[in-house]
Amino acid sequence: MKIAIVKYNAGNIRSVSCALERIGISAEVSDDPEVLAAADKVIFPGVGEASTAMAYLKAKKLDLLIPQLKQPVLGICLGLQLMCRHSEEGNADCLNIFDLDVKKFDDKLKVPQIGWNDLTDLKSDLFKGLPENPYVYFVHGFYAELGENTIAKAEYGLQYSAALNKGNFYATQFHPEKSGSVGETILRNFIELK
Amino acid sequence: MLTKRIIPCLDVKNGQTVKGINFLNIKEVGDAVELGAQYARDGADELVFLDITATNEKRKTLSELVSRIARNINIPFTVGGGISSVDDVSVLLNCGADKISVNTAAVRNPQLINDLALNFGSQCVVLAVDTKFVDGEWLVYLNGGRIPTEIRTKDWVKEAVDRGAGEILLTSMNNDGTKDGFAIDITRAVSESVNVPVIASGGAGTMEHFTEVFKEGKADAALAASIFHYGEIGIAELKAYLKGNGIEIRI
Repeated sequence: MKIAIVKYNAGNIRSVSCALERIGISAEVSDDPEVLAAADKVIFPGVGEASTAMAYLKAKKLDLLIPQLKQPVLGICLGLQLMCRHSEEGNADCLNIFDLDVKKFDDKLKVPQIGWNDLTDLKSDLFKGLPENPYVYFVHGFYAELGENTIAKAEYGLQYSAALNKGNFYATQFHPEKSGSVGETILRNFIELK
Repeated sequence: MLTKRIIPCLDVKNGQTVKGINFLNIKEVGDAVELGAQYARDGADELVFLDITATNEKRKTLSELVSRIARNINIPFTVGGGISSVDDVSVLLNCGADKISVNTAAVRNPQLINDLALNFGSQCVVLAVDTKFVDGEWLVYLNGGRIPTEIRTKDWVKEAVDRGAGEILLTSMNNDGTKDGFAIDITRAVSESVNVPVIASGGAGTMEHFTEVFKEGKADAALAASIFHYGEIGIAELKAYLKGNGIEIRI
């Protein structure tokens, strides 16, 4: 099976490839549209700023490719936010895979949210084999609202989408690659998706 | 609910942990990666690796160590110790570090914080502050606590957050090594004055000290070294205790 990780100007690509190696999977990191289109699974990671990341994706024409992919795609953190319609971060128009807006957390909270928070209302094969309210690791200052594609919720000042799914597109606001054994289960479940 | 974090700190020199360790099931006593992995299995929420290597080889040994940690450990980790430039940080993040901490270099050149936040995002920039209570004021100390300054800790932390620091690691030198408990007053003062998370450090000796620093000190995370290294308090045991005391904790 060929796993591709989308290369762009975002921070945690190496963490994702290390996490896959720990569960025995090697992945190719690439921004070549042909390599990405030919992969069996695509992971779209990211820690960074939305408008800067969108500019990079546009320069590489990945903004056109990613929404057209037919194989399972997993967005992580900024990846999830970029798969939404629009982000308040840098007022960026995003990929519009999920019809949701990305907003900044209330300034009364400590922002970014850093640390382990629990997931509720899980509904996806991505979470197969996990306890009811597993803890996962988040680092983010912006969040996607709740919507019909929400497959897991988390709460920080308000409830927001901790994970999303629409057809072949999956995304997590948290970092499965940093979420201990729970995260490894989620990555394995994604790799095993048909 | 977002949980409070328990963070073991490992001092490393040439890739090895420096302080003594008495874990039974670690093969190579002193290996930083094995110790870190053991802490992760025990339930640590994050790890901090503080590099105290002082040789010319520092950069190479540290980046090799960070690569090894990234391959082997499945929770977030911060790397600190003598980091002074955007290039240093770029190398460490590319090797797989989740966050880096800056201390003395940021006081000497505060613009460094802006540059790091701009290049890599605030979420990976931890400002470490060593502070000491002198003549009625909490002041900033440099070079591992050896050099005093006249900078007030609260002022420096505020400035650093304005410049883009995403988290504060606050070590009280009055408390460090005493095992008499964390510095509650300055931890609380700092935590209430900025809207980024604060990691309290220095003074952990009992499980009650952690309850106190979370409840009274308003800390978002607590860091300790020797009590974990010497097995005086187990991480799992500590977390169960805190949860029993009504603190949000990941078990």
